[in-house]
Amino acid sequence: MILKGRKVYKGSARGPALVSSEAVSFYGGVDPATGKVVEKGHPLEGQVITGKVLVFPTGKGSTVGSYIIYDMKKRGTAPAAIVNNEIETIIAVGAIIAEIPCVDKIDTRRIKTGDMLTVDADKGTVKVG
Amino acid sequence: MQLTKEEKEMLAGKHGRAVKSSMDILVSLGEIFGAKRLIDVSSVQIAGVSYDNLGESGLNYLSDLAKDGRVRVLTTLNPAGMDMENWKRLGISPEFAEKQIRVIEAFKRMGVVTTCTCTPYFIGNVPHFGEHVAWSESSAVCYANSVLGLKTNREGGPSALASALTGKTPESGLHLDRNRQAEMVVNVAARMEDVTDFGALGYVIGKKIGKKIPLIKGVEKASIEQLKSFCASIATYGGTALFHMEGITPDRTRVPKQRVGVTQKEIDAAKKDLTDGEEADFFAIGCPHLSIREVEEVARLLSGKKVKKEMWICVARPIKRIADQIGYSKAIEDAGAKFACDTCMVVAPVRGRFKCLGTDSAKGCFYARGRHSFRTRFRNIRELIEEATR
Repeated sequence: MILKGRKVYKGSARGPALVSSEAVSFYGGVDPATGKVVEKGHPLEGQVITGKVLVFPTGKGSTVGSYIIYDMKKRGTAPAAIVNNEIETIIAVGAIIAEIPCVDKIDTRRIKTGDMLTVDADKGTVKVG
Repeated sequence: MQLTKEEKEMLAGKHGRAVKSSMDILVSLGEIFGAKRLIDVSSVQIAGVSYDNLGESGLNYLSDLAKDGRVRVLTTLNPAGMDMENWKRLGISPEFAEKQIRVIEAFKRMGVVTTCTCTPYFIGNVPHFGEHVAWSESSAVCYANSVLGLKTNREGGPSALASALTGKTPESGLHLDRNRQAEMVVNVAARMEDVTDFGALGYVIGKKIGKKIPLIKGVEKASIEQLKSFCASIATYGGTALFHMEGITPDRTRVPKQRVGVTQKEIDAAKKDLTDGEEADFFAIGCPHLSIREVEEVARLLSGKKVKKEMWICVARPIKRIADQIGYSKAIEDAGAKFACDTCMVVAPVRGRFKCLGTDSAKGCFYARGRHSFRTRFRNIRELIEEATR
């Protein structure tokens, strides 16, 4: 199955999907040292996003979140790629400054945690399987 | 997006690395948000200054850009994590101070006016009606769009910095007049007298209408201090970057059909919601930073008294300098209160040092609870000083 969306930041990546049904805040919600989601009560609480294709509806929270994504890239704890339904500024800027392939306009409900994904951001596509 | 010849060269790296990476951000955002072109901005306000928020990688990011990046328009800074001169007295560690100083130095190398205030409009960053700007800091964004009639989206730290280094922003969102029209009328039937009334009003309207643009009716007059407090509160609790207030704000708007009301009861309930602590052990006034008129009021109320608890007066350093010159500072410091220039109780690393914050800022209550796990007491300046000196 190939899902067609829109390029947010260029590049390609392959990795297992980690899917959240809820919005993600990187500032306060993710620990950049471990790559672990630490937001209390979040569906991904305790999961490590490092090396995964992180799939979630949209971003939320403080604009400092962009710097956290950049921080994770520098520390080697960043996700391999980001896939959203609807991008917003914090995640977009984070993906751009950290140079992480990022695609939006994807129906993220069609992807399950553990699916092997190939993201080709330049074409705006996500291949499942 | 249509780029000019110069913009294409900037994007290709002919104007250096910092300009190139800034253009990468702006062009990508422009494409995402459907902008047809980039437009010039005349002023920038940058958030993401406190080392407590930026961390080591934020510092590295800024240091990288500072290698060849220079701002092209007037650019001022949000509060830092400490008073840049008086940090020891406020209990900041030397390790934190060293990092915070490196953040400010990186901005200085880029030609930023390192004022460190959330009220740039009090210290000379005041473009004229209708100008396009790129501001971050939600309260200042709301003040710029609504009170000053400037045009800005709610920028984040990196996108505002990208605009400073290029003098450009994508023409989208609130830069377009069609997106600046009121979406809902809010009729206010409550007494609006002091700053806390306006803070509570922002809380009530923000919770009611979220990010929608309101046309507020029924507020007869409002001082700039009251509007500043209202902007901070409505942006914190709702997220709007623009409001219209009949007879007070300068922009024109259509009058929408949808209507809601705000009652006195709701204002009183908001004030109760913002108070969950019995006794404050930390008092902070100046979120957003105080005007010189508010500093005068604090000095007058503190004159001849002694504070028994930690009390911070948060201001921009240039306002403090005026207060020094007139003698307000002496009255405040003789009473044992401390100036916290360049910073505030929201962005300073004070978690764990106190239990309950007394403040006149509805926004301050939100962050004191969320970031520092404090309880809060929402009171006006007169009441706060009475409690702190009792």
